[in-house]
Amino acid sequence: MSDEMTLDLLEAKIQELRELDKQDLLNLSSEIERLEKRLEEMRTELYANMSDWERVKLARHPQRPYALDYIDEMFTDFYELHGDRLCGDDRALLTGLARFDGRPIVVIAQQKGRSPQENKERYFGMARPQGYRKARRAMAFAERFAFPVISLIDTPGAYPGLESEERNIGGAIAENLLTMIGLRVPTIAVVIGEGGSGGALAIGVADRVLLLENATYSVISPEGAAAILWKDKKLTTEAAATLNLTAPHLLDLKVIDEVIPEPLGGAHKDRKQTASALKASLLRHLEEISGMPIEGLLDSRYQRYRSVGRYHTLNG
Amino acid sequence: MPIFKDKHYFRVNLEREPDENLWMTCKACGELVFKQRVRESDNICPHCGEYFFLTAKERIESLIDERSFVDISQPIVAEDPLSFVDSKPYPQRIEEAQEATGLAGAIIIGSAVISSIPVVLGVMDFRFIGGSMGSVMGEQICHGMEEAIGRRSPFVLVSSSGGARIQEGIFSLLQMAKTAAVRGRLAAERLPFISVMTYPTSGGVQASIASLGDVIIAERGAMIGFAGRRVIQNTIAEELPKDYQTDLFALEHGLIDRVVKREDLRAELGNVLGFFVEGR
Repeated sequence: MSDEMTLDLLEAKIQELRELDKQDLLNLSSEIERLEKRLEEMRTELYANMSDWERVKLARHPQRPYALDYIDEMFTDFYELHGDRLCGDDRALLTGLARFDGRPIVVIAQQKGRSPQENKERYFGMARPQGYRKARRAMAFAERFAFPVISLIDTPGAYPGLESEERNIGGAIAENLLTMIGLRVPTIAVVIGEGGSGGALAIGVADRVLLLENATYSVISPEGAAAILWKDKKLTTEAAATLNLTAPHLLDLKVIDEVIPEPLGGAHKDRKQTASALKASLLRHLEEISGMPIEGLLDSRYQRYRSVGRYHTLNG
Repeated sequence: MPIFKDKHYFRVNLEREPDENLWMTCKACGELVFKQRVRESDNICPHCGEYFFLTAKERIESLIDERSFVDISQPIVAEDPLSFVDSKPYPQRIEEAQEATGLAGAIIIGSAVISSIPVVLGVMDFRFIGGSMGSVMGEQICHGMEEAIGRRSPFVLVSSSGGARIQEGIFSLLQMAKTAAVRGRLAAERLPFISVMTYPTSGGVQASIASLGDVIIAERGAMIGFAGRRVIQNTIAEELPKDYQTDLFALEHGLIDRVVKREDLRAELGNVLGFFVEGR
């Protein structure tokens, strides 16, 4: 099996041949066609046989579209609202107003950085208590004005550090869970990249929970599970496979509602196509849940979470 | 007089002492102490005052009016939805924990009376896979809160947990939302929820139900927080103060309401519960 880098190289070579072909120096069209076909086959094979760990790497791919890319593609007039009104403005978690198909919505989104400098500012997408409290502020805001909430989840997890603990990161997450379960507006959460544990769930309790095809959602990272359970940080492939953290697994386990397909090779291969597929799905779900009376919606949201879990009753 | 008969009474920081010994060594002060005296004083060293672990049953006994406890836990046990195998298969891990503790899961739910006030009480047992919260614990906590609603009584939860049950993957994560959901119902019914945090209350349990108490009381010596010392040092290599995630750290930073000594916890619960009961 070839890896993604080989395919990218081959793709670059084909591009070079195309340039040559254009310049009419050589007639390469049949050769190009042959190579393109081969590339397509190899890519299909590669992604059909992708391990869960490879999918984790795709979810973390540095070129993967981030929240602001989707906001750009899917919404209009994004109007960011800053600050938790308590201590600061977390750049790892953005909140704001936007229009979705003309309709005002509240967006809550975790944002990773592209450059080292931006990642420093955005804490690699790991929100601190001020981020989760800003999100809670945005939820209350949405409820007040009856705007639906769309959450875009993409985080390795809540930021672990002294500052987070001093400001009660656990309590901030817990409060969000409580707020979201009773939020009197339609809510949709989408994991667009990494759904890292409590830090993801803290903006992820919703009427609909969707995952992009190569996104992951897990109680712990494969590295974390490998270190804690296998006592060997290197056993990430095994840990990833065991955690059932990929979108297809989670759909099988019936904990998510839909998997949005990505282009072959991942969302970064065609950002517009991915965003447009996600947008279509969001519109469909939003229409469905917006049509429900709010009490009915709250009741089905409650039942969804009240009934989650796998256990069995003892005989006798 | 103890209401439970449990031959595994004596533990010091989870290290097993042979039960046939009448004496045990306190790991804190090194003194040889008489086990019966330790047991009678809620597993507190009579010499130095250090706390030893309490099993869920011992904890219940230490908090309630004598013989008032009725186990109302759901008769449920864990499944293995991910066919999870690490150093051993998850079902085997469950069975071993059940054998070692005599419990079906990592929490007991019961009705009890504390200072003459009827309550529904949930108590975690750290011996059972680190008191971790999987589907069973999540369901039991919700069941306890629903029982409290049905009986119009307060709900008291004593946490002792390392966090989510990793072996149940996404299902364990979602128990955080599940318990928060039912906690919302308890609040809507205006029934008090007293959360007692003991050593340790961390990860997914601290970041959900345990932090949602109307009143949060920590037992002295509790460890309270989201990300453990090792996680932080492994991910961001930050220097941490000595008092990181201690009871007093949590109190100072506003995570909890009060820190209470183990020997005072029963009276403390009676005191705070009294505010919610008519005619007291």
